[in-house]
Amino acid sequence: MRRRWLKGERLVTLLLLLPSVIAVAVFVYGFIGWTGYVSLSNWNKLLPDYTFVGFKNFLKLFAHPRFQIDLRNLAVFTALFLTGSLAIGFLLAVLLDRKVKGESIFRTIYLYPMSLSFIVTGVVWRWLMNPGSPQMGSTGINLLLEKIGLGFLKSGWYTDPRVGIKAVAIAAVWQMSGYVMAMYLAGLRGIPEELREAARVDGASEFQIYRYVILPLLRPITLGAVIILGHISLKIYDLIVAMTGPGPGFSCDVPAYFMWETTFHANRFAQGAAIAIILLLMVSLLIVPYLIFSVRREAEV
Amino acid sequence: MNATIAGGAGFVFRAVIKPRLIAGNPPDTFQLHAGLEVEGYSPETYLTPLDKLYEIEGWDKVLPKDLLKLLVYKGHYWGVPVNIHRANVLWYDKAIFKKYDLTPPKNWDEFFAICEKLKAEGIVPFVMGNAGGWEAPHLFETILVSTLGAEGYKGLWTGKTPWTSEGVTKALEILKKILAYVNPDYAALSWDGAGEYLIAHKGAMMIMGDWTNGWFMAKGYEGYGWAPVPGTQGIFDALSDTFCLPKLAPHPINTLGWLEVCGSKEGQIAFNTRKGSIPARTDLTPEEKAQFNPYLQSCMEDFARDAIVPSVIHGAAAIESWVTDFKDAINLFLATKDVAGTQKALVEAAETALAATK
Repeated sequence: MRRRWLKGERLVTLLLLLPSVIAVAVFVYGFIGWTGYVSLSNWNKLLPDYTFVGFKNFLKLFAHPRFQIDLRNLAVFTALFLTGSLAIGFLLAVLLDRKVKGESIFRTIYLYPMSLSFIVTGVVWRWLMNPGSPQMGSTGINLLLEKIGLGFLKSGWYTDPRVGIKAVAIAAVWQMSGYVMAMYLAGLRGIPEELREAARVDGASEFQIYRYVILPLLRPITLGAVIILGHISLKIYDLIVAMTGPGPGFSCDVPAYFMWETTFHANRFAQGAAIAIILLLMVSLLIVPYLIFSVRREAEV
Repeated sequence: MNATIAGGAGFVFRAVIKPRLIAGNPPDTFQLHAGLEVEGYSPETYLTPLDKLYEIEGWDKVLPKDLLKLLVYKGHYWGVPVNIHRANVLWYDKAIFKKYDLTPPKNWDEFFAICEKLKAEGIVPFVMGNAGGWEAPHLFETILVSTLGAEGYKGLWTGKTPWTSEGVTKALEILKKILAYVNPDYAALSWDGAGEYLIAHKGAMMIMGDWTNGWFMAKGYEGYGWAPVPGTQGIFDALSDTFCLPKLAPHPINTLGWLEVCGSKEGQIAFNTRKGSIPARTDLTPEEKAQFNPYLQSCMEDFARDAIVPSVIHGAAAIESWVTDFKDAINLFLATKDVAGTQKALVEAAETALAATK
């Protein structure tokens, strides 16, 4: 009697989930599989050509000077974006945790950038970081630096190949550190005051409290932030399009932008698919261990 | 029959058109550059040949022979040309030239002499904007025309002229030298942003296609002079906008009507007086020609007698994948200034493309 009742309920659950499961299977995993198939093909004109060529597209990519620069840019961008957002986000959270007056106003202000799309951020920061020239005068940040007497800090920003993607990282950090701040703020609120009291009684300085008590307890949040920021960083595209384009000497170019150009301008669909698969693998290196870790933890509980 | 897509130089709409062509849901027509750009659309599969229309309208009698040669691909006509733009034009600010008693340079030595003089005076000798990634390669293309001549330049794209030749090395050296005289913020500006330097009399010279003329008119700036790019006198580096008919166009009869207008004299005069380019047809009467502004009239004269070479950046001379590789090599050169390495990259790009089109 009981068994039949359970079976009925299971059936209903299964039927309710089925549409979503099918949709995900087709539109996510099906398309991933199709992209993988195309990346192993020879489709390099508008007309599809599915002859199997093994890993030729991947080998050509890694030997391509532009792609090598892209990977380097991506590494620099990810490093700056992650450390910048985490550091500034944590700092802001610590400052706001002091129960200051008007905390909610500050919190809202710091969170605002996250609600913008990368396109808006890109366009605004493109104006801010346009260096101007000696003849037409400085503009944006350079103009501000001049006016407050810090003219020596002026830079070519994204027009200078040595700076390049680092300028884009500044814009990205501006956008996402508010989000990290919100996460850390919630985490800090979750730490019982008794722990801090106990540490203070034991003679720890404020700094030591943060280092040995609070930060370790915030580790899950740091991990979550790294995963989310990391996968945003690896797929970064619209910020580049809106802000800098590939930049002089491809100093602002990223794999996702190269993927768009090589697919729709050079008609190299198979090469574009190969870049997509490489991006997928890079992101899974981040996400898959995290998923395994969190599933295992839930199983333990 | 409509759907506008924002974004200049045709670069953005291609990402929308191509998937629609593959999916069998094309628009009635779209802009196609005359020349090998059509290869990127696999026309035998996706476009309708327009040979019959050409015959009925008699276009093969009024369009110049060199243009007709460009319009043919795999034995058929695929697009109807509405205009001709010239790529190898040097624009200069007349006020600055008058102040420093300068004349438009006829060769690169004169050009660099002018640059030196103006640099000492605190004026940007040569302005450029490369935010679109194609403006600097456009400049390089005109330099190639000047160092290789019309036949040598044309041979680059057919395999007759090797990319290892002296002319290419010299062109790269000239580009490297020019970079010492450009405005430092060129990476942040598009070509019209660079044009602002001329309007403000802070920059002296600019090399850009003659859509610049239309832009100057729109900005109300009349103090500009023009000359062929140094070393390219008598050569017309041409590109042409055409309209085509996809095989699965929803309204083919209407589209054919539109294409007839595009190729007609009245249509071309109406279109080009607004756009700032010259008609593709060569059978205009002097009264009709007088409707165009001074630059365009001199352009029409040049077009009738100069040697016509196809532009590569604007889709005439080479297939799209080659154009992309060419652009990438030059954009990298702007930062590395590595002549030998870039020449090698250009050689490889040519080999890949010529092998693919065999």
